Amino acid sequence: MTTLTEAPETPAAREIPARRRRPVDRLPYLLLLPCLIVIGVLLLWPLGQVVVMSFYRLNNVRQLRGDREWPWAGLDNYTQILGDPFFWTVLRNTVLFALANVVLTMILGTLVGLLLNRLGRKMATFVASCVMLAWATPALTGTIVWKWIFDDTSGLVTWLFNALPDGMSQALFGHSDWTGYGWFNSPLLFFSILTLVVVWHSFPFIAVSVLAGLKSVPSELHEAARVDGAGPWRVFWRITFPLLRPVFGILIVLSTIWDFKVFTQQFVLAGGTQDRPTFMLSIYSYAEAFSPPPKYGLGAAIAVILTVILLVVTGFYVRMVLKQEDES
Amino acid sequence: MKKVALNGAGLLVALFAAFPVYWMIVTSLKPSREIFSTTPRPVPAHPTLEHYREILTGNLIPGVTFADFFLNSALVAVATVLLSGLVALLAATAVARFRFRLRTSFLIMLLVVQMIPLEALVIPLFLMIQRLGLYNTLPSLVLTYLGFSLPFAVWMLRGFVAAVPKDLEEAAAIDGATRAQTFRRILFPLVAPGLVATSIFSFITAWNELIFALTFINDQDRYTLPVAMTFFFGRDDTAWGPVMAASTLFTLPVIVFFLLVQRRMVSGLVAGAVKG
Repeated sequence: MTTLTEAPETPAAREIPARRRRPVDRLPYLLLLPCLIVIGVLLLWPLGQVVVMSFYRLNNVRQLRGDREWPWAGLDNYTQILGDPFFWTVLRNTVLFALANVVLTMILGTLVGLLLNRLGRKMATFVASCVMLAWATPALTGTIVWKWIFDDTSGLVTWLFNALPDGMSQALFGHSDWTGYGWFNSPLLFFSILTLVVVWHSFPFIAVSVLAGLKSVPSELHEAARVDGAGPWRVFWRITFPLLRPVFGILIVLSTIWDFKVFTQQFVLAGGTQDRPTFMLSIYSYAEAFSPPPKYGLGAAIAVILTVILLVVTGFYVRMVLKQEDES
Repeated sequence: MKKVALNGAGLLVALFAAFPVYWMIVTSLKPSREIFSTTPRPVPAHPTLEHYREILTGNLIPGVTFADFFLNSALVAVATVLLSGLVALLAATAVARFRFRLRTSFLIMLLVVQMIPLEALVIPLFLMIQRLGLYNTLPSLVLTYLGFSLPFAVWMLRGFVAAVPKDLEEAAAIDGATRAQTFRRILFPLVAPGLVATSIFSFITAWNELIFALTFINDQDRYTLPVAMTFFFGRDDTAWGPVMAASTLFTLPVIVFFLLVQRRMVSGLVAGAVKG
């Protein structure tokens, strides 16, 4: 599967060393040039620029246009952020949210993947198609629909809770009338609903990838284990998991990266950038930079912190994979 | 017994996954009276297209209709697709057809840049757009989305190029075709289906994007659809009928496109994970 290092070996490909005697073939470099320019200008340059900006005091859009000078701030933006207790709250929110979402997405996704592998053909196609729908739905509209489901007057969830027997609702929650209940008012409830939305959006990818991994594993192994009397739990941890370890590794890293920088769902669910108690790093950075009064330097510093955290996650993972490769 | 349990679990998963999409469409077809009733109906008793009529014929701001936002989004997405497809095809041909010194480095870089959190690039890209004088223009978005969609597009397309048998090109070369002719007559037609799949992915990236569009566009008549939706519908929590109608119109093309390419997306994202 790894075509990363090798182009298909054809007689022509093997002849290529002979070509080295001639001057270097410039064509591949020419073909790559537009791509390199785009990646350099639109991804790598901004990545460097965000670091540069974090060292300046930038509070006016005219500075960005180049009409005004950039006063050097040194580490001021960083000391200001790291000294602000609010930043640590945001960081804690972000880490806990990412952790909860990665764990829940992985568990649900893996279970659904295993389920799809066991279902009959027709049923599997039906379930997989439904799962695809959740995946395909844009983050924006998916979140809007969940917001409607949690609407405080006519939303489905409000109706559902109102439909509970009054006595039971009273005993469990202390009130029985849910009309007008502020589902998004407490940060904990907000984050729970956000988790629901994000897990709903992201478990299909895990499920489909796990399923693809399972299909590539010879089924004889599972059958043999089952014949030997191993239960599903044992079969999973002793056979399926070790075989799919590389897949799980990649899925966990991708999920972590995605869940660390959730933005659209949070923005739509909170109705903008005013709801500070529910901030996470990406929206915090954005709000500092763009909500008036703009503080681009400060926002950039937060963005740098977010990027560094994600780099560490990626780096940690790469080391893990390399170590595994060494051992095997 | 076991089969019943499995199928039951399958139905639950299907319900959880598909229900919001179902509910979006159903709500958009209900008259307002039913939407705001305190006992929701699973299907509309009196289905109506009134909300669609409202958003399609009404002016969201004076002189600007839903169709205008739709057009803005479509223009940005199509321009992104064309540019990204062209650049990705050239790069994919280079890595799939040639062996050169920096080939592996390039592929590794392609993987690494996909890990860059795009959310962290809003501020520096805002700076760049301001400097280039592109603030408040649709090209600012095309440029941004080109950068976002390109690495994955190259990654995906190189598999398609590598799948075209090299013998065909060699035969053409022996017959005296130039490299440009071989590319145009042989490689391009055979890679076209892959190019379509890749384009759909780029289209979805551009079509769905909210944050950058929110930041780079100021005039309301230049809003893309996602921005218009958060701006005009996000705040007014009472108009769920039109909101769901607009959401449905926004979502359906994505779902259709997505279902066409999703297999390739999985293999693109986890390529290299399974040894074999």
